[in-house]
Amino acid sequence: MSAEQTTPVLTVNGTEHALTEAELNMNLLDYIREVLNLTGTKNGCGTGACGSCTVLIDDAARRSCLTKVSSVVGKRIATIEGFERPDGSLHPIQQAFIDAGAIQCGFCTPGMVLSAYSLLLKNKHPDREEIRRGINTNLCRCTGYQQIVDAVEQASKMMYP
Amino acid sequence: MKIPSGKVFRNDAYAKVTGKAKYSDDLKFFNMAHAVPVYSDYIHAENLQVDTGAAEKSAGVLKVITAADVPGSIRFGQIDQDYCMFAEKKIMCAGDVVALVVAEQRSQALSAAEKVVISADPLPVVSDPEAALSPESPIVREIENSNLMNHHKMRRGDAPQELKNCDIVLQEEFSTQFIEHAYMEPESAVCVPRQDGVMEVYGSMQHPFSTRRFVGALLGEPLSHIEVYQPPTGGGFGGKDDTAAIVCARAALAARLLNRPVKLTYTREWSIRESYKRHPYRLNYKVGIEKSGRVKAVQVRMISDGGPYLSVSPWVNWRSTAQCFGPYTVDNVHADVLCVATNNPVTGAMRGFGAPQVNFAVEQISDIAAERLGISPLEYRRINMVKQDGETVTGQVLDTHTVSMEQVMDRVAGEIAYEEKLGRCSRGTSEGDELYGVGLSISYRGSSLGAEGMDFCSSVINCQFDGSILLETGIHENGQGAESVMLMLLAEQLGVRLDRIKYKRSSTSNVPDGGTTVATRGTIMGGGAVTAAVQKLKQLMADNLYDVLQCRPEEVRFADDHVLGPDSDSKITWDEAMQHLFLKRVYPYAFGSFQAPDVSWDEETGQGDAYFTYVYSCQAVELTVNKSTGKIKLQNVVAAHDIGRAVNRAMVLGQMYGGITQGIGMALSEDLEIENGKFAHLDLNHYKIPKARELPEMTGIIVENPDPQSPSKAKGIGEPALELIAPAIANAVYNATGIRYRDMPLKVNPEDLK
Ligand code: FES
Ligand code: FES
Repeated sequence: MSAEQTTPVLTVNGTEHALTEAELNMNLLDYIREVLNLTGTKNGCGTGACGSCTVLIDDAARRSCLTKVSSVVGKRIATIEGFERPDGSLHPIQQAFIDAGAIQCGFCTPGMVLSAYSLLLKNKHPDREEIRRGINTNLCRCTGYQQIVDAVEQASKMMYP
Repeated sequence: MKIPSGKVFRNDAYAKVTGKAKYSDDLKFFNMAHAVPVYSDYIHAENLQVDTGAAEKSAGVLKVITAADVPGSIRFGQIDQDYCMFAEKKIMCAGDVVALVVAEQRSQALSAAEKVVISADPLPVVSDPEAALSPESPIVREIENSNLMNHHKMRRGDAPQELKNCDIVLQEEFSTQFIEHAYMEPESAVCVPRQDGVMEVYGSMQHPFSTRRFVGALLGEPLSHIEVYQPPTGGGFGGKDDTAAIVCARAALAARLLNRPVKLTYTREWSIRESYKRHPYRLNYKVGIEKSGRVKAVQVRMISDGGPYLSVSPWVNWRSTAQCFGPYTVDNVHADVLCVATNNPVTGAMRGFGAPQVNFAVEQISDIAAERLGISPLEYRRINMVKQDGETVTGQVLDTHTVSMEQVMDRVAGEIAYEEKLGRCSRGTSEGDELYGVGLSISYRGSSLGAEGMDFCSSVINCQFDGSILLETGIHENGQGAESVMLMLLAEQLGVRLDRIKYKRSSTSNVPDGGTTVATRGTIMGGGAVTAAVQKLKQLMADNLYDVLQCRPEEVRFADDHVLGPDSDSKITWDEAMQHLFLKRVYPYAFGSFQAPDVSWDEETGQGDAYFTYVYSCQAVELTVNKSTGKIKLQNVVAAHDIGRAVNRAMVLGQMYGGITQGIGMALSEDLEIENGKFAHLDLNHYKIPKARELPEMTGIIVENPDPQSPSKAKGIGEPALELIAPAIANAVYNATGIRYRDMPLKVNPEDLK
C-alpha cells in the first residue's frame, strides 16, 4: 500500500483535510477551531453539557468536545460555516432565527441551528414539543428557548410548505 | 424612521447566525502566547509559598507570573480596593489565583500549571454567615475587626412598637442559594501591546470602562494607556464585571511583561470556580396586619453572604433595603440588611441585584397573609400595593409617572384566569397522580442605579459627507440588543433610514465613560444620551439649513429621510442636507449626554427618593406536582411588565422569556452546593440551568405607559423579568400541595405528600 492511501482524511464542509498523527489525537472541537480556524463552533463547557460545540457528523448533531478526531476519520463533518451559500444568502433556518428574534448573545446559536437542521432532516414537521426535544441538549442562558422554538417552527414551514 | 412593529431588528444577528461573529476566544494575533491560571487547594490559609521553578523549566513556558511580578496594585475593586488579583500572602477562597503560567501553546501552559508547587498554613474556614457574626468567629478580612462588611438600614415610623398592636403578626423565615450566572461563554481575554505603548484589550466583559480601571490598576498605568474593545459577549447577566475585568487585567500583565499578544481563555471549571455569584440570603420577616387587610408594620432582618471580597455587595444590599417589602406601602418599617464576610465564593452583581431574594420572601408572605385574613391574594395585594401619588416604603411619592401596579396585575390575573383557577387547586389532594396549582406574584423595580451610584451616559452622532451616519454610546452590548435599540431610537428621532446608521465599534478611548450597562439602565440611559445628541444635531442642522429651506430655523423638520420646511414643498433629501452642510464647512456632529434625574437617600433612616422611576410587573404560573416523585412541572407562564415603551418588541419579549427562565432555574434546579467554602462540582453537568423541555410556553404582555422621566419614554426589562417568578412558583406549589416551601431551590419530598 502506498502512503497516500493510508493517510487518514476528514471531510469538513466539503473540503478534505489530511490528518497528522497529532491531529488524530485532538478532540474534534479543538481541531475545528484551532487547526481549521472555523471559530463558529463554540466551547461552552468542554464536558458535553451545553451543546455550543455541536457539529453535524454524517448529518447527525454531535458534540465535538467529546469526539476524538480519530473516531470520525472518513466521515462528513459540517459546521455552521458550511451553511454559507455561494451567493451569501442564508439557510431558511438561519433566516428564521433572525426573524423570530431567537438570537441574543449568540453563543449558543450555531449549535442550535445545527441541532435544528438535524431535527428537520428526520422530522419535517415537528410540533413544538418535538422541537423542544430536538434542541433539549443545547443550553441557552439568554432566550428561554421560546423564540428558538418559534424559529424552528417557521423554518419547517419555509422548507417544507 | 420607524421600524414596522413586529419586525425584528438586530445589527448583530447576521454575524451571529452565520458563525462569523468573533468572540474573544475566536481572535488570533501573530506571535500570540497563551496563559492559564493556577489555583490552590486551600480555602483559607496563610504564609502562602509558591514555587514556580519546575513550571518555569517546563516545555514552551515563557514566564510564570505571581504577585511578586505586579508593577501596579495587586488589589482593586469597584468600592473597596480589596479584590486580590493574585493571591499574595493569604488564600481567601477557592477561586483565588496564585499564579499565571504563560507558554507558547495552551497545552504547554496547562501541563506546566500542574508543576507549580503551592504550600500554606491552613486557617479555619468561615462559611456560615450567621456564625461569622458572633464575636468568637475568626475574622476573614484582616483589614477589619469584624466580619460585618456592610449594614443598610431602614427606620420608618416605629415598627417594633406598632407590631404589638396588630391583629395578625406573621413571622416567616426564608433562604436563598448561591446562583451561578452560567453565561454560555466562559471568560476570555486577548491583550495586544501596541507600538505606541498602548495596551489593547479584547475581552468577554460587560463593562469596558470598569475593565480599563482594573487593567490600569494591575499594570500601574494611566487609563489613556489602555484601550478596551468589546467583542461580542456571550452573555453576562451582571456576571462579567469584576471577575471578567480581572481576567483581562491578568492577560494584559502577561502581554506587558512579555511584550507580545497573550490570550487567556477560561475553561468552564475555572469560570465557575472564580467568578462571583448571586448572594445567598437568609430573610426573617415579622409582618403586622390589621383585620382590614392593611399591613401596618414590617420588621425584617436579612443576612447575605459576601464572600471574602466586597465587590458591589453594598449596592446589591442597598436595593434589597430600598425594596425590602416589595411594591407595598407600609408606614412602619424597621429593616436591617447585613452583608457578612466568609471564605465562600465571592458574591456580586447578578441580574435582579438583591431583589429576587427579597421578592421570594415578600410575595409568599402576601399569599400567607391573604389566607390568614381569609381574603383573595389579589385583594390583599390591591389593599397594600403602591398607588398613583402614593408613597413607597422609602417615603418616595410616586407622582412623576403612571403607577400601573394594579393594571399590570389585572392583566395577568385576567389572562391566566387566576381567581377561577385558584378554586381548582389541589391543596394536597387529587384523584390522579398530579397535584395542580396556580400562583402569582407582583413586584416593582426601581430603574437604573438609583441612589446607589453615579448615573450619567453620553453618545456621539457623527454624520458623514455621503449621508451615512456613525453612532456611538457609552452603554454596551451584552447580547441583549442594546446597540440595536440605540440605532432604532436614532433612526426614529432623526427621521432617517435605519440602514444609514452604523454602530461604531466601541472603544474606551473614544466615547466617555458611560457607566456599567447594568441595572436595566441600557435603554433608559443610552436612549437618553441618544435623544440629547439628536436634539443638538437637529438644532445645528436647522441653524445651517433654514435658508436653503426658506423658512425659520425653528420650522425645520426631519422625516422620511428628508429635511423639510414647514410645508412639504420645501424639502431636501438627507444626502443633499449633508452636502449643504459640508460645503458650509459645518460638521454634522453632535455629542449628547444624559444625567439621571436626582435621587436622594438617607443612610440612617433608609428614606429618600430611591429611584427616578419604576417598572411594574406581575407574573403567574400554573404547574403540577407529581405525588409519587415530587417532580414539579410548569404548565403555563404569563407575565406582564410596564416598561414605559417597547422600542424593539421581539427583543423585549426575548428579555422576558430569558429572565423568567433564569428565575425558574433559581426556583427549581440551580444550586452551587458549596460545602465549607468548597465547590461540590465545577461543571454544567451538575449545575442545572433550565433546558427547553423543562419549560412551558410563556405569554409575555407588554404594558406601555410612556414614562415622562425617560427621554425615550422607555424604561427597560432585563431585570424585572427575572425577579418574581420564583415566589409565584412557590405559591403555586403551595396551592398544589398545601405545603409552604421557604428555601430555594424548591424540592418537594414525596414523603411529605403522603
Ligand atoms: S462545549 Fe461541548 S457540550 Fe459544551
Ligand atoms: S443566545 Fe445567549 S446562550 Fe443562547
